[in-house]
Amino acid sequence: MSDAAALKAKLGLNVFKPLREPHIRIRAGMEKDPRLRPAVRICPAGLYSENEKGEIVLAIDGCLECGTCRLGCGTDVLEWNYPEGDTGVQFRFG
Amino acid sequence: MEKFDVIVVGAGLAGLAAAYTLAGKGVEVLVLERGDYPGAKNVTGGRLYVNPVRTYFPDLWKDAPWERHIVQEGLSLMANERSLAIDYRGRELREEPHQSYSVLRSKFDRWLAEQAESKGAMLLSKTRVDDVIREQGKVTGVKAGGDELNADVVIACDGVLSLVSEKAGIRFAGKPHDYAVGIKELIVLESGVINERFNLEGDEGAARLYVGQVTKGRFGGGFLYTNRESVSLGIVIGIEEMLNDATIDAPALIEDFKQNPEIAGLVRGGTTAEYSAHVIPEGGFKSLRALYGDGILVAGDAAGLALNMGFTVRGMEYALASGYFAAHAAIRAKEKGDFSAETLSAYKTLLEESFVLKDLAAFKEAPDVLRNPRIFNHYPEMIGGLLKDLYSIGDHPKAGIYQTLKRHLGMGEVWSIIKDMTGVRRI
Repeated sequence: MSDAAALKAKLGLNVFKPLREPHIRIRAGMEKDPRLRPAVRICPAGLYSENEKGEIVLAIDGCLECGTCRLGCGTDVLEWNYPEGDTGVQFRFG
Repeated sequence: MEKFDVIVVGAGLAGLAAAYTLAGKGVEVLVLERGDYPGAKNVTGGRLYVNPVRTYFPDLWKDAPWERHIVQEGLSLMANERSLAIDYRGRELREEPHQSYSVLRSKFDRWLAEQAESKGAMLLSKTRVDDVIREQGKVTGVKAGGDELNADVVIACDGVLSLVSEKAGIRFAGKPHDYAVGIKELIVLESGVINERFNLEGDEGAARLYVGQVTKGRFGGGFLYTNRESVSLGIVIGIEEMLNDATIDAPALIEDFKQNPEIAGLVRGGTTAEYSAHVIPEGGFKSLRALYGDGILVAGDAAGLALNMGFTVRGMEYALASGYFAAHAAIRAKEKGDFSAETLSAYKTLLEESFVLKDLAAFKEAPDVLRNPRIFNHYPEMIGGLLKDLYSIGDHPKAGIYQTLKRHLGMGEVWSIIKDMTGVRRI
């Protein structure tokens, strides 16, 4: 199993209520900003990746709501909020 | 428009301690929690040290849903190809009252919420606070779930990022330097297997910290806490350190840690049941966040109340205590009928007079001293190398012990150790 697949399998263990809309967005025009680049490595859920155009993209499903990207990349490049109530990860152990 | 005496944002340990204390004094308090239940969004390593907060909540601890009381403290230096473990046991750790317990937040916070509710606190889950209501700079309530809810005092216990404090205009977003992220797997194992592997009896538990190559020689470490029928295994790593080292991949750190020979055998046959992560305040006293403003108090991680001293990593008892003191500051303000920042600043005084800010102030240099990269890259390798030579028997005559020591601890090395110890003297 590749690392990405193993990580997806781990995220699949969590109870996760579907989001009505993404609570974190990459700000328009910031997709190639160097401040966003580390997100690919530092997100514990591996939700950020680089596409063939060299842009960073975010697939929000599986977000652990940990806050690493907000601190690591900053709110100049990320529009960051917690998900609405009744959505997102619901830790059964924590 | 609904009006309460106090609105608490976040049903974590700070928020629930505040609500429990307020409701116990007959104050009308509403707790807003964005998770489906208290604890649903919370993560701990983790263990809670009870002694500092025992007297603040005298009736609470007897029936608390602890996992295990910790009787064994482990610290391992992890070099690339070898490791050295220190395993401390002491009679005082086995005797009641036990000083610390492993906990799981989803169970613990739900229980604490029930205790607060039984005192009369109101809890509204599945409700995210979207904004803070301000009138002439003073916080007068919050917007949540499309409603405006007013209160004399808002207590922001909304966790390490505290968006509520930001919206109230009393804090800016944090800097990477002051935070780490904890990444954890909850691995289910039978209690009998845990007891055998860790040499424990009944509800006894073990705590272990791992320092060195587990974070690629960067500030942070691995942790392992035994729960009743599971093990909490994880990695903590500084966010700034991750930004500065392009070889670090956060999800891979914990995967590699789990496969390390020192760990693999401890969790063999276990089933991972949950994967979680959460940011942790690591800046200590020097990067304490805003504690109060007009109509608002801030407690727990939201205020940056956590203390990493290397051997011990603490946060939850600071959350409980700060929630307790925030409640008392709110009660005093209610008695005076004045909820200005000046009146609410009594909260800071209460914290200063208690173990909370005394600890943080006393160990204010600890975050800088612990950030010495030599702790994480040099010492594990140096000590590991020394032990390797002391233990290995080759096909030629063995070098003398003094000679071996001298080789690893030459003059340059000794001077560096003295220099590092000068740093340690600051804590």
